[in-house]
Amino acid sequence: MLNKIYDWVDERLDITPIWRDIADHEVPEHVNPAHHFSAFVYCFGGLTFFITVIQILSGMFLTMYYVPDVENAWKSVYYLQNEVAFGEIVRGMHHWGASLVIVMMFLHTLRVFFTGSYKKPRELNWIVGVGIFGVMIGLGFTGYLLPWDMKALFATKVGLEIAGSVPFIGDMIKVLLAGDTTIIGAQTLTRFFAIHVFFLPAALFALLAAHFIMIRRQGISGPL
Amino acid sequence: MQRGKGMKFVGDSRIKANHRMPNLPKDYSEYPGKTEAFWPDFLLKEWMVGAVFLIGYLLLTVGHPSPLEGPADPTNAAYIPLPDWYFLFVYQLLKYSFASGPYNIIGAIVMPGLAFGALMLMPFLDTTPERRPSKRPLPTAFMLLAVASIFYLTWESVVNHDWEAAKAQGEIKPSDLGEGPKVDIEDFKDMPGYEIWMDDAGPAASCIGCHGGDLTGGAGPMLINTGLEAEEIETIAHDGKAPGMPGGTFAGSDEELKELAEFIASLKEEE
Repeated sequence: MLNKIYDWVDERLDITPIWRDIADHEVPEHVNPAHHFSAFVYCFGGLTFFITVIQILSGMFLTMYYVPDVENAWKSVYYLQNEVAFGEIVRGMHHWGASLVIVMMFLHTLRVFFTGSYKKPRELNWIVGVGIFGVMIGLGFTGYLLPWDMKALFATKVGLEIAGSVPFIGDMIKVLLAGDTTIIGAQTLTRFFAIHVFFLPAALFALLAAHFIMIRRQGISGPL
Repeated sequence: MQRGKGMKFVGDSRIKANHRMPNLPKDYSEYPGKTEAFWPDFLLKEWMVGAVFLIGYLLLTVGHPSPLEGPADPTNAAYIPLPDWYFLFVYQLLKYSFASGPYNIIGAIVMPGLAFGALMLMPFLDTTPERRPSKRPLPTAFMLLAVASIFYLTWESVVNHDWEAAKAQGEIKPSDLGEGPKVDIEDFKDMPGYEIWMDDAGPAASCIGCHGGDLTGGAGPMLINTGLEAEEIETIAHDGKAPGMPGGTFAGSDEELKELAEFIASLKEEE
């Protein structure tokens, strides 16, 4: 039955090459921990992606309860944490995942650096990777404010002051992010929510797609 | 050569890939050793690694519920801010005299900007074909230095932070949850301290500023159910209390302070 459906679609859309491009390739010995245990360093990138997927899923569930509004943001998080079934787990996964993704990404970056994998012909993929690093940092910064508790507010205040100290355009950056040069309030929260939930994930998906397409194009760098 | 199954579509606008790009990677059969098919053999192993990782991740999540402090209160001037842990190294950098005050821009923009820019442009800074770290000492040394600095600065930031004060200042108060104290201040109307507190232009004006006119707290903690004796309250009013409370702001006489302290000490929930 499933085979027939597959054949029906394949006959019309020729989908076999699409998944073959993704799945049908050889994994060389030097990146396979089954052959060389030290090759576990090649798992860091995949684990970063794994946590990213968990972040997306848990984040989608969090938005079912979260209210991006200064009156209710904290209350909705408190309710989610203490009243909603498994809310503590979902929020916990998003909270710890945010830290783990930074750790795994840092380790992945170091692996790529110390194996010299960013060299020709993989320069572009390195640049995209550093871009993903920047987007992740941005996601961490904007997401930290959303519970609207004390530590969030005051950490964001410090962060915005740093952003505001950029010469010439500092105030413009502040207004773009916070809605005002001095106040951190209702506008800041809605803007950070929009950036955290729409703008940065959109950028992240585009960069991740480019990252993976380039990996499939170029393959993993050879043994040292 | 026809694409795929050689299907013809009505009004086919697809461009045929007759000349494939010559930059395809080397076939892995050119590398020594045993290759393995990604699908399904290697993917299964990746999933096992992922499953083990997920177990650790879930244990962390269950063992340490994610923290939530009291709701944001921009009027609290005494709060000591702290960013999330992966920003601590930048935060610590901004505390050094060469990167703060008039040189703030060095710590806030120039140094992080240079580091991130160098990271981004790494392939064009390190253009030799050598890949082994030992064969390219400069990039290796710079990266090790950067990693060591990040670890050192993060460490310095952690040991210099007052974690107990941070925990206390962020605690969720009953008033945050809409649960007022089960103490009716009106019941203590007859005490002389009540009059002193309620006179918001009186000697206790600066106390009200932080602890609130109804004593339920603000920048400072709630003064109901403190569990303190009157003498202890007098001492705190005299000497202040870390992290945020200055001493000696009560403007009245010692006699008035004594009465006020007795009033506050008697604000207890009935058993």
